[in-house]
Amino acid sequence: MTTDEELSRIATSIRRRCVTMCRGRGQGYVGQGLALADLMASLYFDEMRRDPTGALHDRFILSTGHSAIALYATLGELGEYADEELATYGMDASRIEESPLAGLPGFHITGGSLGQGLSQAVGFALGDRLRGSDARTFCLISDGELQEGQIWEAIMSAAHYRLGSLVLLIDNNRMQADGDTAEVMGIEPIPDKLAAFGFAAQRVDANNLPALRAALEATRAQSDRPHGIVCDTLPGKGVPTIEAYEKVHYVRAGDDVWAQALAEIGSTAGVRHASAE
Amino acid sequence: MTADVTTTHRRLRETMPALLQGVTQQAPFADALVRLGRSRDDVVVLSADLSKYTDLVPFRTEFPDRFIQVGMAEQNMFGIAGGLAKSGFLPIAVTYGVFATRRAFDQVAMALATGVTGPAIVVAFLPGITTPFRATHQATEDLALMRQIPGMTVIDPADATEQVAALDAAAQHDGPVYLRGLRGLVEQRFAPEGFAFRIGRAQLVADGDDGAIIGMGLGTAWALDAREVLHQGGRSLALLDMPTLKPIDRDAILAVASRHRTIFTVENHSTIGGLASAVSEVIAAAGLSVRVVPFGVPDTWAPAGSIDYVRTGLGLTAEAIASSIVAEGEQA
Ligand SMILES: Cc1ncc(C[n+]2csc(CCOP(=O)(O)OP(=O)(O)O)c2C)c(N)n1
Ligand SMILES: [Mg+2]
Repeated sequence: MTTDEELSRIATSIRRRCVTMCRGRGQGYVGQGLALADLMASLYFDEMRRDPTGALHDRFILSTGHSAIALYATLGELGEYADEELATYGMDASRIEESPLAGLPGFHITGGSLGQGLSQAVGFALGDRLRGSDARTFCLISDGELQEGQIWEAIMSAAHYRLGSLVLLIDNNRMQADGDTAEVMGIEPIPDKLAAFGFAAQRVDANNLPALRAALEATRAQSDRPHGIVCDTLPGKGVPTIEAYEKVHYVRAGDDVWAQALAEIGSTAGVRHASAE
Repeated sequence: MTADVTTTHRRLRETMPALLQGVTQQAPFADALVRLGRSRDDVVVLSADLSKYTDLVPFRTEFPDRFIQVGMAEQNMFGIAGGLAKSGFLPIAVTYGVFATRRAFDQVAMALATGVTGPAIVVAFLPGITTPFRATHQATEDLALMRQIPGMTVIDPADATEQVAALDAAAQHDGPVYLRGLRGLVEQRFAPEGFAFRIGRAQLVADGDDGAIIGMGLGTAWALDAREVLHQGGRSLALLDMPTLKPIDRDAILAVASRHRTIFTVENHSTIGGLASAVSEVIAAAGLSVRVVPFGVPDTWAPAGSIDYVRTGLGLTAEAIASSIVAEGEQA
């Protein structure tokens, strides 16, 4: 089992990668990447199981296409994407698209036309059951996606089919394109709504590693109820310069800002695969 | 009844718009919408979490009571718009083209195209390849879809002037209108003074004897530039601007088609089901023996990136269009 300290170092290194990726063009979904670093580290370096060859046995489905940066950075941490390629994030001719289509390593579905991912996760989970596999499916959506009707159709079906292998993770950063989620279109109380739909629901500070890990661990118990974790996150978490952009869906900034952000993360962070910086 | 092609051609020549060069306007849709809001108090604007990204903030700020934020829920938005339209308001429901059509096609069709007798407007931003994202955001089949809906008017403006004129025309029109939107800094190709826009009317932008182009939306702007490249090479092509895809201006198409053996269509949209198809339908129905050579997004998920990069990849830069036209001409 990975220790909290190790996971914390990995999360920091993921953060460094997120900032470095945005620095190339001076823009990107850095707030989401930094906010999700702890969750992604916990999933990929602890919670999701691998088979003896090292391939993932469990599955991660990213519905929030524009949060791809968090997945790229995590897969970079695992050596599945080279830093040189990650540095082309969002550039013309790069396959490291800000919101990619299905088929890139790590991307099982096309997210980004928001609200569609959970249905496909239900399909994967049903497929596992039919195949007799005990693989678990983790699906990340955003708080904004909860406003799409299809999400609730998917939630209903997951509960109806008693998909205990499904874990819905909600990046509850309390913002969306037009501003505060609570002002745009309120969606709380999310855990109550999930519970009413038949989910085993939790809420956790997803930037607190021990708490987050405990919440994930609780989803391992055999159950015929799908799991839902409301992951409260802070956009830009861990980098004060970016946290200052808290209510910004998409950050554009001068190189001084990115340099400062990197300085705040610190240079000792990347332990596994030292960043190219 | 089809008008005599010579009469139509004369009318088209007499009503050519004045062209501008190098002029842009900042958020022309935003200003036009505010003006509309001031002139009519039945205008209600709806957004699905994209007001900042679709030039709605000035309207939202001036008319907070007539702005309805529905959150990221496009299907619900068009349903609400249908209710507003049926209770006597003029709903203007605004989102990106992909979400207005793919996500909420049924809602647009049922809520806005049945039982609505007054004006109701869908405004669809990020038309075609005007987005750095790929298939998730590129509305490349929206016009084909909308053209299929009975009673739906479909408009793709070429520039700031047409955008503003089309919004005003849509607000005067009884029945649903699907209007593509151009956000932020928008080119202004047509002089606004004396600009005459009528739903269902094409306009001749330039005349010439060495072939004819029919453009729609940004395709018209690309065609203008391609025409300029060809002009410098000593060729003079006619250019017909066709902002209304439906109802299509048959008279104008036939007036142009009767004078040329090949028609090049240029559209910021799939070459299936949009302008190329609509023009071909008119020409085939009239029994004319005219080739139609389409320029647009081919039957593939287009690449992602800056618009220049994507246009280059799809052969849609002015230079690429011009040289393809030359090559086609030599075959003919
Ligand atoms: C179906 C759909 N509608 C609209 C959009 C445009 N859009 C992109 S991000 C976004 C905000 C959604 O909220 P959230 O995912 O919570 O944003 P974040 O917290 O990451 O800023 C919107 C409306 C989209 N991508 N998909
Ligand atoms: Mg959010």
